[in-house]
Amino acid sequence: MSSAQTAKDRTLIAVIGDEDSITGLLLAGIGHVNQQSKKNFLTVDAKTPTTVIEAAFQEFTERPDIAILLINQHVADKIRGTVDRYQAAFPALLEIPSKDFPYDPEKDSVLKRVQKLRGD
Amino acid sequence: MSGQGAREAVFPTRMNLTLTKQRLKGAQTGHSLLAKKRDALMNRFRAILRKVDEAKRLMGRVLQLASFSLAEVTYATGGEIGFQVQESVRQASYTVRAKSENVSGVMLPAFEGVRSKEGNDFNLTGLSRGGQQVQRCRETYVKAVGTLVELASLQTAFMILDEVIKATNRRVNAIEHVVIPRLENTVAYINSELDEMDREDFFRLKKIQGKKKRDTEEADALADAAAEAAAANAAQGEALGMNSRTENDRENPDEGIGGGDAGGKVMLEQDKDEDVIF
Repeated sequence: MSSAQTAKDRTLIAVIGDEDSITGLLLAGIGHVNQQSKKNFLTVDAKTPTTVIEAAFQEFTERPDIAILLINQHVADKIRGTVDRYQAAFPALLEIPSKDFPYDPEKDSVLKRVQKLRGD
Repeated sequence: MSGQGAREAVFPTRMNLTLTKQRLKGAQTGHSLLAKKRDALMNRFRAILRKVDEAKRLMGRVLQLASFSLAEVTYATGGEIGFQVQESVRQASYTVRAKSENVSGVMLPAFEGVRSKEGNDFNLTGLSRGGQQVQRCRETYVKAVGTLVELASLQTAFMILDEVIKATNRRVNAIEHVVIPRLENTVAYINSELDEMDREDFFRLKKIQGKKKRDTEEADALADAAAEAAAANAAQGEALGMNSRTENDRENPDEGIGGGDAGGKVMLEQDKDEDVIF
């Protein structure tokens, strides 16, 4: 099975989020800088342009060593179109709440699908 | 002609009928198997659906707690540690490992968080003050990440199952609504064609039989007329010919019967052929 094969190589968790989320998650030890000194996280603040977020999102979803991509929900909202269009199983995309923005299950692209499927 | 609608492009022969019937049976078996697979997957899917929903909500609370502990750290260290943390990142100490689980032929990945034993990059973080809070915060976040990893594997399973169920549904529907009617049409078509051929054969045989009968009757009539004429001649000619006339009389019907026999044999053989066809 090719999907299982590729899943074996994926070991990292990537994050796109605000500074607090990143700090916390990095403290947990998910941070990784590879030989090309590419980080597996992107800090987003109010001044970060959408294009940078989009680019990071693309990069993380295309990297073969990332198993899970965490993205703050308010950041995901900025690139909502791209996030909603993302359907692949690997890496798994998770929208997480941030400190300043409480979690809204209505906006989550996966939960939307879940609710659609449970609804009808 | 029956067998309207789409059907396979085959010649209506007995062999093709058998083959098509076999294929129809195969399609029906396949359909029931796929339907079973779909049911099994759906079962699993519903369980995962419920869990995803729960886990998502749990995650919200867990991360709230984690954020709170980070706020504590910020307070204790008396400043931003974010920059320091980001700069000291080298190697991931918390990674995930994928296992896979087989649900009726579908490999569902399950992630599992792994903490490497060899320390981490943040031993010096909060060295001046708040080190304890930093360590506590780390533990909280490690737990939070554990929840996230669990959720991610549920979600991945959800995605994959969703896709597989869609594909299976497509296959089940294709077999049910396209392949099976098509094969049924083909069987009906071949049957109707074969029946048609049988009727044609039968009709032809009847025709031939009728013609043979007519021919025999004509021949009989001719022979009878000839015999009668001969008898009349004989009666006219001589009274002695009585014996010979009776012989003649006997001979002529004999010949007629002989002809009939031959015709009957031909008929019998044709009948046999018909039997083979039926």
